[in-house]
Amino acid sequence: MTIDLTQFHDAFFEESFEALDSMEAALLKLDIGAPDSELINTIFRVAHSIKGGSATFGFADIASFTHSLETLLDELRSGGMQVTLSISDLLLKSVDVMRAMLRSVQAKQPLDAQRVSDLQFDLELIIAQKNAAAATTHTVMPAAIAHLAASSAPASCAAAAASPPAELASASSAAATGAAAAKSAQRRWEISFRPYRELFARGNDPLRMMRELTELGELDVNVDLSGLPSFAELDPQACYLAWTVGLTGDVSEESIRQVFEWAEGDCDLVVRLLDAPVAVPATVRASEPEPTSAANPVVADAILSASAPPQETKADLAVPAHAAAPALSVVKQDSKADAPLSALGDSGSIRVSVEKIDELMNTVGELVITQAMLSQLGAAMEGPNAEKLRAGLAQLERNTRELQESVMRVRMLPISFVFSRFPRMVRDLAQRLNKQIDLKLTGEQTELDKTVLEKIGDPLVHLVRNSIDHGIESPEVRVAAGKSPAGTVHLDACHRGGNIAVEVSDDGGGLDKDRILAKARARGLVGPTDVLTDDQIHDLIFVPGFSTADKTTDLSGRGVGMDVVRRNVKELGGKIELRSERGRGSRFIITLPLTLAIVDGQSVAVGTETYIIPLISIVESMRLKEASISRLSGRNEVFSFRGDYLPIIRLHELFGVEPRARALHEGLVVIAEGDGRRVGLFVDDLLGQQQVVIKSLEANYGHVEGVSGATILGDGSVALILDVTGIIHAASLRAAA
Amino acid sequence: MARILAVDDSAAMRQMVGITLTGAGHQVSQANDGCEALEIAEKQKFDLVITDVNMPNMDGITLVRELRSRASYKYVPLLVLTTEATAERKQQGKAAGATGWLVKPFNPERLLATVAKVLG
Repeated sequence: MTIDLTQFHDAFFEESFEALDSMEAALLKLDIGAPDSELINTIFRVAHSIKGGSATFGFADIASFTHSLETLLDELRSGGMQVTLSISDLLLKSVDVMRAMLRSVQAKQPLDAQRVSDLQFDLELIIAQKNAAAATTHTVMPAAIAHLAASSAPASCAAAAASPPAELASASSAAATGAAAAKSAQRRWEISFRPYRELFARGNDPLRMMRELTELGELDVNVDLSGLPSFAELDPQACYLAWTVGLTGDVSEESIRQVFEWAEGDCDLVVRLLDAPVAVPATVRASEPEPTSAANPVVADAILSASAPPQETKADLAVPAHAAAPALSVVKQDSKADAPLSALGDSGSIRVSVEKIDELMNTVGELVITQAMLSQLGAAMEGPNAEKLRAGLAQLERNTRELQESVMRVRMLPISFVFSRFPRMVRDLAQRLNKQIDLKLTGEQTELDKTVLEKIGDPLVHLVRNSIDHGIESPEVRVAAGKSPAGTVHLDACHRGGNIAVEVSDDGGGLDKDRILAKARARGLVGPTDVLTDDQIHDLIFVPGFSTADKTTDLSGRGVGMDVVRRNVKELGGKIELRSERGRGSRFIITLPLTLAIVDGQSVAVGTETYIIPLISIVESMRLKEASISRLSGRNEVFSFRGDYLPIIRLHELFGVEPRARALHEGLVVIAEGDGRRVGLFVDDLLGQQQVVIKSLEANYGHVEGVSGATILGDGSVALILDVTGIIHAASLRAAA
Repeated sequence: MARILAVDDSAAMRQMVGITLTGAGHQVSQANDGCEALEIAEKQKFDLVITDVNMPNMDGITLVRELRSRASYKYVPLLVLTTEATAERKQQGKAAGATGWLVKPFNPERLLATVAKVLG
């Protein structure tokens, strides 16, 4: 059976990216002076997991880099090194580099290898420096220096140094077998295997080892029954037997020892070459503990470090077990320390593709329509069972609504997914601009639709950048103004009505209204004598190409941005407001719909058609009096509304429908707002307000100006959902033509 | 066919171990960390447990020690997946009661061979 490892890559990428996010979050929380050991453990574990995964799934470069990172983290974890600002920077950069590496292998695109190796060099350098310092301050034994140097060496060397006993073992046996291999392939070995009684209690089994030995060559097995007690004393779960096995074959000592590898410490093992190959004294440095002495236990092989005396006897066997005891209690503490961090990881969730949820949404949408249809039929039903039917239908309606809400909630994610990128960004920006900034995040658990969530990130980034770049003053200016040297940027999210409000506020300098106005006048956006309200002045910063920044930085101030922010928010069916006070700060409030899948709409009738106008666009509805209507040149009709003159757009003309009401006073106007402008939409009548499921027109038909989608009504007919901004655009184009 | 419990905090690793062993005809249960594994292992009996070492909540070594201290797992093979094949690490695993170890990175073939060896 061959298994294609690439099938696990997606899962590996996904969890690695998530792990890097939590690593970054932990790094940002890390207190330079007194780092929290739990946080360092989390960070270490992430690096460790990514190293293991990338090595397993064949991403050697990532594995090598994370190994260097892990070495440094291990020093921090063990307290061998302190967390300094420069180390914390280095670690954050490492997160970036690992992300970039993962992205490049994910997209199968080449990577900036220089960036990786530079950073890896920095990581290794810092460890090497630490070790060099340790070596000079303490006058240590030469051997220890060598050891330190080895463990500080770059990735590949460090890996090799990490397993000295294994290296020693293979080196010695390689020397022995190397000499033998030249002579003859067939050799005779004698293996004395005396398991301790508790062998079974580790899940090991002598039978397994015998079976493996048979695969190596010819066996001649002798069982030693002398350890067997009388039947009465026999513990069926203890091992009393011992074996002497003659093995003939082209076998190295190493491969024999490998068979018994897992029984190390649970047995006495002697492996002896019976017909020794012609000895070449110069090369036999491997024979220092001459394997002929039966007293010499094999256990030493694993425990034997360079410093251990070669004459290990059975009495020493207890040592490793005891020595391990304190180490184990440390592990216990570790695992306790890990417990509170569980919130970072598992939350008992499963991954489902968005398509599956959309499918579910669609089906529920259809169900809602069917249910509405049945309700209409039921309402008209008469007869003895009509009441029962209606009661059942009412129940169905409740269940359907609950189902719809539940499915909708599946698509909801906490806004913390977006907020979590800000601590890092704010930290970096503040450093670059020499400002002191406290970032405050609240309402992170507020949930909103995944699609909305994905699209709100960029506008928020822009607003936060703006706040830091233009809003918050330098510490000197702040102190001079009687403020604390550190400014605050506050991100908040909360439910407000059926919407989500996301706010970005700062306690910086606020908008300079005079300068904005002066600039707008200079550009001819505002007439020299026009008097503007505060709101109107604030609105100017959303005009494309408008910027009042004294100097443009690479962050902001190039005049691109605020208009894009507003456009993005509008595309999500939301709106953005700005409140600002000179010297006290600014506050941007973004109002967003909870989801893009349904909309609260006002149904309106035009002729035989029904249209849906999103409630968020509607200011109010009214019946016009003849007196309030004016006709301008040509066919342009306007009406006065709270002191403004608003254009009237007749929907029946726009969509080419035969209306019931032609005279303006016979129908109604719905005053709607889009792109900061208000218009009156002339309709026959208002029908009612309802939540409708949005079906994409573009996916099923094509883009239609002034229409954002369609929905299916209870009677099965299709209603178009109007896009007020699009209608205003289309109307102004026609007016201009 | 054996009942195997695979414990790893990495979903990708769990998938790899799970799919590989299921493909070989075993019945595989999965756990996210030591705590979850212990919970599952107490409700159900397994013929083999394969666990990662470095995990949140409860690491693999602690899991092995916990399992080994329970009568129902006293003789069950417990394998440890480890990135560090150092003597110290192995000794730590042995002392906790691990049957053996598999050094990461490993490929599915190595995993199958090791499991076949343990299960006999």
